[in-house]
Amino acid sequence: MMKNKTDKERIPTDPGKWIDLYGDFLFRYAMLRLRDPAHAEDVVQETFLAAIQSRKNFESRSTERTWLIGILKHKIVDYFRKNSKELTVDDHDFFQRAVDENFDTNGRWKLIPGSWSRNSDEVVEQNEFWGVFRQCLTELPPRLANIYFLRELEEMSSQELCKVFNITATNLWVVLHRARHGLRECLTTNWFEKN
Amino acid sequence: MLTCKEVSQLVSESLDRNLPLRQRIAVRLHLFRCKICSRYREQMLFLRKAARQYAIKTEEATGLPGASLSSEARQRMKQLMNEHASNQSEE
Repeated sequence: MMKNKTDKERIPTDPGKWIDLYGDFLFRYAMLRLRDPAHAEDVVQETFLAAIQSRKNFESRSTERTWLIGILKHKIVDYFRKNSKELTVDDHDFFQRAVDENFDTNGRWKLIPGSWSRNSDEVVEQNEFWGVFRQCLTELPPRLANIYFLRELEEMSSQELCKVFNITATNLWVVLHRARHGLRECLTTNWFEKN
Repeated sequence: MLTCKEVSQLVSESLDRNLPLRQRIAVRLHLFRCKICSRYREQMLFLRKAARQYAIKTEEATGLPGASLSSEARQRMKQLMNEHASNQSEE
């Protein structure tokens, strides 16, 4: 049976077509956050199955894709909730030290952050830059990256993040600083100093 | 007076929460006099923007390796979906 293409996204399509319509997009979405193809496939699959169950909750106010992403987001957070090892005091100290190394005992810069010559508007137009950005993200320690990604890509609040990862706000802010600091350093070395 | 070390942390933190007024003022005062920390702050702000842009770029990027479901996964999901759909219609 052919479905008329003109009925737009707002009218729910046959679930049998979801995988072809949205599968790749949802997979990329999950891959970006989970960084592992097998886990990404799992959450996408769970998303489709959950979507079938709750089809009647779909409100045509949003597009089908937006609705599916909403479900996927929950699945991703669930994944982290179940699979994150707790950050120990040692981890935390380790992250803290990585930032502290940049300062002398009086809290002044010892390793001065390199300047970024180009202004950011130009940089983001360059495809090569995004390749380096991706590389730098993959170099973050995985547990830092998980938290950082949920914060920056998912825009999850500090409060929610503390709950998901079971850490205090103070620790969370140190971890996020450490992630940004590492990313900043990596971009300085691999992009801004070379270009 | 805040040290550069404290300011670097607070600059990052200001991306994650609203700093109390007193701290906000102290950071401002420090940044006003400290070029290095100001640079650091700009870089932190850039990272915030870049991360969000990166997300959009990656999600929309088709045709890259690893940008689509494997055919095995696709098949498996389709089969599962069919089973579930027929279960549901029987209910």
